[in-house]
Amino acid sequence: MSEAVELDPAEAKMWITVTINGSKGTYLVDQRLTLADFIRKQVGLPGTHLGCEHGSCGACTIIMGDKAVRSCLLLAAQADRESIETVESLAEDGVLSPLQEAFHANHALQCGYCTSGFLMSLVARLREGPIESEAQAREALSGNICRCTGYTGMVAALMSLPTPNGQSGGAQ
Amino acid sequence: MKPSRFIYHAPTQIEEVLDLLWEYGDEAKILAGGQSLMPMLNFRLLAPAHLIDINRVKALNQYSLSDSGLTISALARHRDLELSPEVELAYPILHEGLTNIAHVQIRNRGTICGSLAHADSAAELPSIMMALDGQMNVRSKSSRRIVPAGEFFRFHLTSDLDSTELLESVFIPSMKRNSVGAFDEVTRRKGDFALVGAAVVGTWSERGTIEDCRIVCSGVAPTPLRLLEAEELVSGTDLSEEVLVAVQQLVMESLEPTEDVHTSAQYRKKVTGVVVRRGLARLAEQRSVVNV
Repeated sequence: MSEAVELDPAEAKMWITVTINGSKGTYLVDQRLTLADFIRKQVGLPGTHLGCEHGSCGACTIIMGDKAVRSCLLLAAQADRESIETVESLAEDGVLSPLQEAFHANHALQCGYCTSGFLMSLVARLREGPIESEAQAREALSGNICRCTGYTGMVAALMSLPTPNGQSGGAQ
Repeated sequence: MKPSRFIYHAPTQIEEVLDLLWEYGDEAKILAGGQSLMPMLNFRLLAPAHLIDINRVKALNQYSLSDSGLTISALARHRDLELSPEVELAYPILHEGLTNIAHVQIRNRGTICGSLAHADSAAELPSIMMALDGQMNVRSKSSRRIVPAGEFFRFHLTSDLDSTELLESVFIPSMKRNSVGAFDEVTRRKGDFALVGAAVVGTWSERGTIEDCRIVCSGVAPTPLRLLEAEELVSGTDLSEEVLVAVQQLVMESLEPTEDVHTSAQYRKKVTGVVVRRGLARLAEQRSVVNV
């Protein structure tokens, strides 16, 4: 899973043990490496994207523990003994998750750069309970930024998800 | 690599944190939630030689509510407090302020004490803490002291903490019987820092007048700003429409807000009058709730 990377001997380092998408691994990381760069470059999972790298855009959102967090605002060192989920965990054997399928069906993306962050924010949100109204959908989307497609398709995607009572479409 | 080089420390005990601060002082920064510090490190606006990560100090990750008040330790996160029904019931204004802080992904990591120590003059918590007359429990290896919120914020991004001190916890005294509060802010987008915010607290007396009113604004000065003249104007009144009009006028005439890239001083002046009035109007609405 891990790519061979050149480690700079001048950098202070530490060992971390972290579970990523269900597989536990031990890594020697630079102390000042951000968690986002660690996931992308050292673990070799480039689905987590970097936009602003200061916490505003949400492209790098992952789930750590059970919470959606900005991986650009964490150090890899802080993920020691934590469990992480990235966008790569969503599809199984090439089959999209229902949320991804809803994005696909509702034109919720064009360039896709922001999409992985949106998906991970929404995965965490949907675990807390269903999104039942357009207002709730917009609130759930508010922590991430899309600069090309807009949010209408994403709201439609969320409204198309089945609700616990079996109906599609949440409250209209 | 985004941040400059630093040595990373991950202590597990408060005493270790204080030892490290004592040893490295000016050269060190405390990393709690990291939602303000990490952007500054990523931009290299700050380049501390030592980073002291307190996330492994279990004793700092708590808050407790008692009859006398609410104590929030250094690592208690925005989201933890926001989701507490007890905190919402005891301090509705704090709950309201918390829900206005950035977005859930930020609140999942960000800490109350970290926001206060960061002392951003446009942030929600500093003004709310002043309105609630909170106290900062400050500790170093050699001393402990209590700093009232009103004396803690020195300038934009500058608190009263010296380089060896940790904001170990904050204490918010219980709200008195018939006390009410409201928080309002104007932002360009939901989740942004406020262009102007107002935290307003007061107590309805048996006679139906508002007493001990505190009005604290964010985003208008280098620190949260108490509007003493406005407090004086409304205290002892019934917060009638005439009083609200008068206080809005007073704020708009007397305030000399800061101007920055986000908006003009003129706009802030006008909008501060509006948010103060809205906050006070909500205290008036709550009069029936407290049965005065």
